[in-house]
Amino acid sequence: MEEIFHSVRLDIDKCIGCTDCIKRCPTEAIRVRNGKAHIMDERCIDCGMCIRICRNHAKKAVTEPLDSINDYKFKVAIPAPTLYTQFRNVVDPNIILTALKRLGFDEVFEVARAAEIITEESKKILAKGKIPKPVISSACPAIVKLIQIRFPSLIPNILPIISPKEAMARYAKKYLVRKGIKKEDIGVFFISPCAAKVTNSKQPQVIDESYVDGVISLKEIYLKLVPVIKTIKEPEILQMSSNTGIGWAHTGGEGYASGIENHIAVDGIENVIKILEKVENGKLDDVNFIECLACVGGCLGGPLTVENCFVSSNRMDRIKKFNENNKDNYIKRNIPLFDEKIDLYWSKPLQTKQVMKLDDDVEKAIEKLEQLEEIYDMLPKIDCGSCGAPTCRALAEDIVCGKAHIEDCVFMLRQKVRDMAEQMVTLAQKMPPSISKENTNGGTKII
Amino acid sequence: MKIHYDVEGGEFISAGVASSKLKKTLKQLGISPNVIRKVSICMYEAEINMVIHADGGVIDVEITPENIEILIKDEGPGIEDLDLAMQVGYSTASSKAREMGFGAGMGLPNIKRHSDGMKIETKVGEGTKLELIFNIK
Repeated sequence: MEEIFHSVRLDIDKCIGCTDCIKRCPTEAIRVRNGKAHIMDERCIDCGMCIRICRNHAKKAVTEPLDSINDYKFKVAIPAPTLYTQFRNVVDPNIILTALKRLGFDEVFEVARAAEIITEESKKILAKGKIPKPVISSACPAIVKLIQIRFPSLIPNILPIISPKEAMARYAKKYLVRKGIKKEDIGVFFISPCAAKVTNSKQPQVIDESYVDGVISLKEIYLKLVPVIKTIKEPEILQMSSNTGIGWAHTGGEGYASGIENHIAVDGIENVIKILEKVENGKLDDVNFIECLACVGGCLGGPLTVENCFVSSNRMDRIKKFNENNKDNYIKRNIPLFDEKIDLYWSKPLQTKQVMKLDDDVEKAIEKLEQLEEIYDMLPKIDCGSCGAPTCRALAEDIVCGKAHIEDCVFMLRQKVRDMAEQMVTLAQKMPPSISKENTNGGTKII
Repeated sequence: MKIHYDVEGGEFISAGVASSKLKKTLKQLGISPNVIRKVSICMYEAEINMVIHADGGVIDVEITPENIEILIKDEGPGIEDLDLAMQVGYSTASSKAREMGFGAGMGLPNIKRHSDGMKIETKVGEGTKLELIFNIK
């Protein structure tokens, strides 16, 4: 079996074994064992909720360092549009794109432009009406994984189209090869606001191989860009995207771009779960399209961003206004980057991941479930998390699967200690008949 | 295995708790997504019906390796004209329920369409009993 890659990792030294992360994980993928959090690979969807919630900063996303671009002769940056919203008083995307080139990239292509192309393709698929309604966007990789794990019956509703970053990586490589640069010399680096997109580039599920060679976190590049941006007086004209593509970074951006009527845009993984429950219950069949984003504010709220997502949203508005006002002053960069021959669809179907099941054999699973219910009935049902599992029910599951003991519950342990103490007192009162004495009216009675 | 759920009446907001719990259970049993979807739709419709029309009731589920049997019982007003109730779009839901977005008259027809077997017994003034069956294999 292929080893599962995850961008989200634990810094064991920083983890104090509290229960913050286990309580907020949407797929119950974390347990605390021996005073440290443990992430269950098969359940993790890389949503970054634990990164956000950890007060000790023990959860992090593994990305490539900026230096890794030097492994390639021709270095290409493909920044997510969220990057544009991170800098105070910078509203011109060209300044940021120029600054990226000054950091050592030979070329810069915006993911926002690919988002516009993906939008057009999505419109075509939706017009055909072959996907069951409501069609669910595939843009957020954490949501795609969430559906795989928690809502597998909704897999047929997902729009089977590749992500804008993947599309841009394909376009970039083909264009540069046509210009005479050797394929093996080209390194395409995605500047990412989130961990799920890192995982998705390293281990794509619906395509054979990602064209993205490395993912650099937005946080890291931000620090390097700040001093460079200050020095740029006359930026190069590198922008190709319009507000439609840039807007994808924000909740509702994709739906707005596609102009699909009757759509829902939902952000924040807990809200998304509520909406997907409704879809599973058949209650949203009258909606055409659902855009689900794991982070509040969409990609603007990604765990690898620097700025608060509500502030970023304000910047996004200012950037859009700037673009509107400068439509005529800037002639956008127009190069033959796009190629209709490039496939924008999934090359293989998304598989169900039944990681929640108790056993492969239904009969055995039923037996285990019956045991689970019995154990759950004994537990206090207060979901305190002291046992290292997020809920009493999760502890019952772990016990049935042989991964925990009922005594892991502090209440059950105390009860057991109390029972034992009572038994000891009873035992202690039982004296050997040879020395046992019992007072009866001042006299001695031999038992 | 047998599972029992009590459904409270009049609670529009929390309706769907039993169907949510059953869904989780079926996922733990590794039941196919397609079957889970069908059960979800029927269970949710039945639960909502009970909330809207019958002031709650009880749901008993029996799961075997072959099938899922669901018995939904209420002591509500019963259905006056069952043939009409089985028609798409027909509803006797209150205006309050309709304001909440329920009562579109899709409940029973939807349940019939998505279950592998449906039996309904109803008596005016006494209540309604709905038996559903879903094949696992």
